[in-house]
Amino acid sequence: MRRLARSAVEGQTGQVRRTAMMWSIYLNVVVQGVLTGLVYGLMALGLSVIFGVVRVVNFAHGEFAVVAMYAAFLLFKTLELDPLVTMLPIAAAFFVLGFALQATVINAFIGRPEHDQFILLVGIGIVIVNGLLMIFGPDAQPANLSYGFDSFPIGTLMIDKVRVYSALAAVAIATALFGFFRYTETGTAIRACADNLTGAAVVGLDVKRLYAITFGIGLACVGTAGALMVMIADAAPALAPAFTLLSFIIVIVGGLGSMTGALIGGVLIGVSEALAGFMIEPSMKSMFSFALLIAVLVLRPRGLLGRRA
Amino acid sequence: MSPNALPNRRHVLAGAAAAATSLAAPAIVRAQATAIKLAVLLPRSGYLAPAGQSCHRGVLIAPKVLGDFGYRVELVHVDIESNPDVARTQCERVINDGVHGIIGAFDSASTLAMAQVCEQRRVPLVVNIGAAPQLTEQGYKFLVRNFPTGGQLVTNGLKLINDVIAATKVAPKTAVFLHANDTFGTAQRQAMDRIFPNAGLPFRLLESIAYDPKAQDLSVEVTKIRALNPDLLLVVTRAADAIKLVRDMVRQQFEPMGIISPGSPGLYDEEFYQALGPRADYPIYNIPWANPKAHMSQALEAAFKPANPKFRFAVECFNVGFTFEALLVAADGFKRAGTTDGPELMKAIHATEIAEHVMIGPPIKFDEKGQNPGIPSAAVQNRDRTPTVVLPAAVATMTPVLPMPGWQKRG
Amino acid sequence: MIALWRGIDRRSQAVLALALAALVAAPLVADRYLLSVLTLIFYFAYVGQAWNLMMGLAGQLSLGHALYVGLGAYASALLWFYFGIGPWLGVFAAISIAMAAGAVVGWLGFRFGVEGVYFALLTIAAAEFTRIAFDHLDFAGGSGGLFLLYEERRLGEWWNLRGGQMLFYYLALALACGSIALAACLARSRLGFHWLAVREDEAAARALGIDVFRAKMSAVLVSSAMTAVGGVFYAFYYNNLFPAQIFDISRSIELMLAPIVGGLGTIFGPVVGAFILTPLGEALIALTAKLGIDIPGVKAVFYGLTLIAIIYFRPSGVWPWLARAIGITGRKP
Repeated sequence: MRRLARSAVEGQTGQVRRTAMMWSIYLNVVVQGVLTGLVYGLMALGLSVIFGVVRVVNFAHGEFAVVAMYAAFLLFKTLELDPLVTMLPIAAAFFVLGFALQATVINAFIGRPEHDQFILLVGIGIVIVNGLLMIFGPDAQPANLSYGFDSFPIGTLMIDKVRVYSALAAVAIATALFGFFRYTETGTAIRACADNLTGAAVVGLDVKRLYAITFGIGLACVGTAGALMVMIADAAPALAPAFTLLSFIIVIVGGLGSMTGALIGGVLIGVSEALAGFMIEPSMKSMFSFALLIAVLVLRPRGLLGRRA
Repeated sequence: MSPNALPNRRHVLAGAAAAATSLAAPAIVRAQATAIKLAVLLPRSGYLAPAGQSCHRGVLIAPKVLGDFGYRVELVHVDIESNPDVARTQCERVINDGVHGIIGAFDSASTLAMAQVCEQRRVPLVVNIGAAPQLTEQGYKFLVRNFPTGGQLVTNGLKLINDVIAATKVAPKTAVFLHANDTFGTAQRQAMDRIFPNAGLPFRLLESIAYDPKAQDLSVEVTKIRALNPDLLLVVTRAADAIKLVRDMVRQQFEPMGIISPGSPGLYDEEFYQALGPRADYPIYNIPWANPKAHMSQALEAAFKPANPKFRFAVECFNVGFTFEALLVAADGFKRAGTTDGPELMKAIHATEIAEHVMIGPPIKFDEKGQNPGIPSAAVQNRDRTPTVVLPAAVATMTPVLPMPGWQKRG
Repeated sequence: MIALWRGIDRRSQAVLALALAALVAAPLVADRYLLSVLTLIFYFAYVGQAWNLMMGLAGQLSLGHALYVGLGAYASALLWFYFGIGPWLGVFAAISIAMAAGAVVGWLGFRFGVEGVYFALLTIAAAEFTRIAFDHLDFAGGSGGLFLLYEERRLGEWWNLRGGQMLFYYLALALACGSIALAACLARSRLGFHWLAVREDEAAARALGIDVFRAKMSAVLVSSAMTAVGGVFYAFYYNNLFPAQIFDISRSIELMLAPIVGGLGTIFGPVVGAFILTPLGEALIALTAKLGIDIPGVKAVFYGLTLIAIIYFRPSGVWPWLARAIGITGRKP
C-alpha cells in the first residue's frame, strides 16, 4: 500500500516530493511526540495530584515510576501478561503503597520545611534505585511485546503500535481520574482539602485519611504510567532521575494541581523535545525543555492551567 | 574530628611508622613476595555498572587461569561506584593495604583520579579499558594502557569497513554517523571528524548525529536518519541504546544496507539479543576481539563457562579479555622484575613483550608513553545471535554478510 | 574577627583550638588514605557552607549548586589549559563567571517572584541547561572532557596547585576554616540579620524597610562566589572535568547533604555534617568488604537509610544536638 503511494509521489517533481516528504516526516515526529507525551503526562499527573493536595514535593517520583516499570516487566516475563492488563493490579498495589507511605512516614513531614521533605525523599529514592540495582542488576530489561516492532502505516506516517496503545490507556486512566475527582464524594472532598484546608477540617472531613487516599492515587498514577512506560522504554534503574526531572518540568509547565494541565504539559514537552531533537541536534533535546521550564517559571509560574502561583 | 566515625584506627598508628619511610624507600617496607597483590577497581554500581560487572566476571576467573600459565596473583576487588571521588580514596586505601599494582577502571575520569595517586605513590597502574586518548598523553610514568585509543579504534575500524565492502562486494554511496553524546561517543566523533576524510572510503558521510544517552528512545533520531536515507548506518552506541535504535528502525521500516560500528560496544550485549531476537543479527562492529584460535583465550573460555552459567563468553570476551590481559601484564611484569618494588616493577612493565595472550594481535608491547600501539580490530558480526569474527580471514570463523536481510524476512 | 573569638566562651574556644591543632598536625601521623578522606571532608564542608549561606541563613533553596562548582572549575581550568594562567589568578575569573550566573538565576527568580519549590526547580533547570550546553562546547572539550596535564617536573609549583596530597589537604583545610570564619562574620553582620529577617518572614522584613531583593541577591552572589572557589579546587585536584559529572544533579544533591544533616543555618553544621557523611560512606565500603558482601548497591542502600533516619530523628541537624551534649553554647547564630 505504501509502495503504491511512494511511486505515485515519485511521479511529481523532485522538489515537491522532497517537501511533501519533509512535511510528513515532521508530522510523524509530532504525532509520536504527542503519544509519548501523553504517557509522560500521566506520570506527571501523579505528582501534580500529590502536590496540589498534600503539598508534598515528591522528589522520588521517577524512582516509583521505575519500580512500576520493573513490576510490569516481571509480570510480563513470568506470566506473559501485557502491561495494558497488568497496569490495573499494579495501580492497585501502588495505591496501597502510597496510602501506607503517607500514613506512616510522610505524614510526619507535612508541616516541615521543604528541604526536609526533599532529603527524606532523596533517601527513599536512593534506597529504591539501589535496591533495584541489587535485585535486577544494571542492565536494561525490555518487555518484548509481540507487537513491539509493529507500526500503523497511516498514509506516509508510521506510528508505533506501542505508543498508540499506551497513549490510549493513559488517556483512559486520566479520564477515569478526572471523573473520580469531579463526580464522587471522596473526590470532591479531596478537592476541598486542596482548595481550603481549614474549611475542610471545619466541615468535618477526615483530612488525614483524605491525604492518604490522595497520596495513594498519586502513586497509582505513577504506577500506571510506569507500567505503560515499559511498553516504550526498557526498565533500568538509571531512568529514575530523568523521570523525576521530566515530571517536574511537565507539572510546572502544565500547572501544579491541574490534571488537564499535566496532560497538556506532557504533550507539549513530548512534542517540543521531539521537534527540537529533530530540527537541531538530538543531544540538545533536553536543553529545550529546561529553557521552557525557566521561561514558564519566570513568566507564568502557575503554568498553563495552574490554579495558584 | 570524631575518630569513631573513621574506618580504621590502625591506619593512624601504622601511619606513624610508615609515613616516614613509605615515601622514601618503598623497597624496605614491601618485602619480597611470591605472588603479586593487585587491586582491581571497577565501576560495579552507578551508571557504568553493566560494563564494570562484566569486567568483574573476568577478574574472578583470572587467578586460576593465570596460575595455569605460571603466574601467581592475589586479588583485591573494589567497586568505585562510577564516582571519581570514591576511585581516588579507594586507590589510596588499597595501596595502604599493601597492593603492588592497580588495574582499572573503565571510566576515564576515575582512571585519571587514580593515575595521580599511583603516580605520586609510585605504584603501577594498568588500564584495562579506557579509550580517552588523553590517558597516555598526560605524562604519567606509572600508567600503561593495554587498550586502543579512540583514534586507533576509528582508524582500524574504518579500514576494516573497506575490507568488509571488498569482501561482500556491496557498493554503498552514502552513510550517516550516529553517536552518543557522552565521553566515549564524543571521542569517537572527534576521531571520525579527523580520520574519515582521509580514510579512502568509497561512500560519502552525509551527516553526524549526536543523541542524548539519557534518552528513553531514539525514534526522533531514526526519523531524522530515515529522512536522509543513507546506504550505511555507522554507529557508536551503548547496549541499551543499540536496542532502542534497532527497535525504532524496525518500527519505521528503515532498512539500510548495513549497520556498522567503527569501534564501539553495544551491538553485542546479551540484552540486545534477548530484546531483538532474530533482528539482532547482521550488524557489524569493528573492535579488538578475543582470538578464538589463541590458546589463552580458549583456556579463559573454559574457565568462564562453569563459573558463569548465565553468561556467554562469546558475548563477554571483550570486557573479560582486556581485563584479564591487564592482570596478565602486571603478573608478567612481576615475574620478570622479581620484586614488588614500585619503580622496578614499572620498568619491567614498560619492557613488556607478551607473545601469547588473549586478544587478536601482535605481542603486547608499550611505547614510551605507556600506550600499546599495536592492538588491531577485527570485524565481528552478529550471526545467530552470537558475535562471530568474520575478518581478518586468518582468525575468522565465518564470512561477512552484507547487505543485511530486511526486517520482515527475519524469523 | 578578634571580636568574634572573644565572643565565645572559654570551653568552646578550647574545643575549637584543639580541633584545629589536631587537623593541622594530622599529616604527621595520618597516612595518605586518611588524608585523602579528610581532604574530601574539608571540600564538602566548604561547599556545604557556601550552600548553607544561601539556604540556611537567607532561606533560598538552591538545588542546582553544582552549576557554580562547574563554572568555577571550567573557568580556571580553561585559563590554565589555554593560557597557562595559574589558579590564583584564575580564581577571579571563576568567581566572576559564577557570580554572573548566580545573578541571572537570582534576577530571574527574585524579580519575577519565583519562590520556594519553584525557585528550587529554576536552579535545577539552570544547572541542567548549562550541563548540556557544556556537553556541546568543543573548546571546553565537550562531553569528551577537559584534561589538565600532569607534569612531574612542575610538582613543586604550589602557586599553580601542582602538588601532592599534602598541598591539597592544607588548601582544603584553609578553605573550610575560612568558610567558617566567613559564615560567622556574615551571620553577625547587618547583611546577615537582613538575611535572617528575609528567611523568617519576607513580608515583615519588607515592612521593616529591608530591601528584600538586595538581600536575596547578595545571598546568591556570595554563595555562588564561594562555591566557585570550590570548583577551582576541584579542577586542580582531579585534573579532569566532564560536564556530565561536574554539573550533574547528583552533585548538587551531594553537596547539600552535609549542611542539612549537620544543621541548616548553623555555622558548624556543614563541617559536622561532612565529618559524618564522608567517613560514613568510606566506613560502609569497609564494612561491606569485611562482611564479605559483594553486591554492588548495598552501600548506597545503607547510605540512603541513614539519610532517612537522620532526617527523621534529628531534623534540625546533628550539630545542635551535639553541641548541647558536649556543652558548647557559644556559637548559636
